[in-house]
Amino acid sequence: MKVRTVLFALLFACAAVAAPVPVAVAAAADLRGALEELKAEFEAGQPGIQLQLSYGASGSLTAQIQQGAPFDVFLSADTGFPEQLQKAGLAGAQDLFPYATGCLVIWVAKAQGLESSLDPWQVLQQPGIQKIALANPQLAPYGRAAEAALRHAGLYDPLKPRLVFAENVAQAGQWLLNGAAEAGLVSFAQADQPALRRAGSFWRVPVDAYPAIRQAGVILQRSPCPAEARAFRAYLTGTAGQAILARHGYGKP
Amino acid sequence: MDWEALRLSLRLAASSALLLAPLGILLAWPLAYGCFKGRLLLEAITSIPLVLPPTVLGFYLIVALGPRSPFGQAWEQLTGARLVFSFQGLLLAQVITDLPFFLQPLVASLGGVDKRLLEVAATLGSGRAGVYFRVALPLAWRGLLSGLILSFAHAIGEFGVVLMVGGNLPGKTRTVSIALFDQVQSLDLAGANRTALLLLAFALLVLAGTAWLRSRERTWS
Repeated sequence: MKVRTVLFALLFACAAVAAPVPVAVAAAADLRGALEELKAEFEAGQPGIQLQLSYGASGSLTAQIQQGAPFDVFLSADTGFPEQLQKAGLAGAQDLFPYATGCLVIWVAKAQGLESSLDPWQVLQQPGIQKIALANPQLAPYGRAAEAALRHAGLYDPLKPRLVFAENVAQAGQWLLNGAAEAGLVSFAQADQPALRRAGSFWRVPVDAYPAIRQAGVILQRSPCPAEARAFRAYLTGTAGQAILARHGYGKP
Repeated sequence: MDWEALRLSLRLAASSALLLAPLGILLAWPLAYGCFKGRLLLEAITSIPLVLPPTVLGFYLIVALGPRSPFGQAWEQLTGARLVFSFQGLLLAQVITDLPFFLQPLVASLGGVDKRLLEVAATLGSGRAGVYFRVALPLAWRGLLSGLILSFAHAIGEFGVVLMVGGNLPGKTRTVSIALFDQVQSLDLAGANRTALLLLAFALLVLAGTAWLRSRERTWS
């Protein structure tokens, strides 16, 4: 019994010395592609830190954080949710940081055989398009932007019978990929993933059609490793991080 | 309280129980009395939804019912509408996931019917179908009722499959459990509380009802 206790103590002591500090990052679903790439490069430069990434709709993640979910950093697809956390006292005034500007696109399956010269609004009205996927406007900033863009174009009401709502932008992408919906309004980053690029083409939604998607993050007050979390923020907002985000279709914050 | 979602859930659950009844009654026959090689396999297949994660089921269903599958295509040609993201699609998914909840109490009840009564019916000239439908099934009515109640209740509570193939459409696929999920996610905790409490009371009522039916079965027949 005693031997086992000692062994366990040793094991934990070793783990404490050798294991990198985990930084838990809750990220908006549209960031998946960019963050997986960024994680590899960041950890190569910072062997003492390990990123643990979780994805979801920004609204869902905000709700989880308010209920005490143990995240160190939250990267939202908008600025409103991080501000809400700040107001709730879960993040300090200097802990909020903008990191990117998102871009909304209209994705359509190749099978529709559409000309790339078409206007994006004409694209959505093709008779062959039975279902149009977007993220839930109540929970996901890209869903909110998609609804705003459709309303701006005067298409929300005529197209309403064809709209289907995913829990987040990644689920919308999954419906596009397996053909459950022929078209969707998703983030550029989502549409630009290899699988979706192969299966269809996309059109940028004119930027004046929806309020700018300013994506911001927060370092959470509860975080037991604020120094490591700040190192991650510095990388994300620095040149290397911004270059990766730019490759995935994000604009400067 | 999202009454539209509640109405939809009730309609979905009632329709799925109605569709399940004939299907389940036919399937319960070989499961309770059959002695053939594939019986255990049939039992395993019809019980799969009990243990399979709803996400697995949801994934297969969205592939199998989607517009690229032969079934989804045939459906679109016949009805002109898409099966996923529709009430009909949810109903089909529900019938598949609820099947074991209907079958298990019914098969158990059928197994408990006194064999001598069935043999007497057979010697008096009843064919196999006659023995099953006119003697065994009426005697196992409590199992039939429990099955109906349980599958109805399970349909009210189903969440994972609906989230994956539903599309959150009010009046069509936003069931009460999805509405509750939305309420929690958008931090409407007061609303979530009301919905959750209603579902909890309902589940309690259903389980108490089926337990009562089972206890009667033990003392009477």
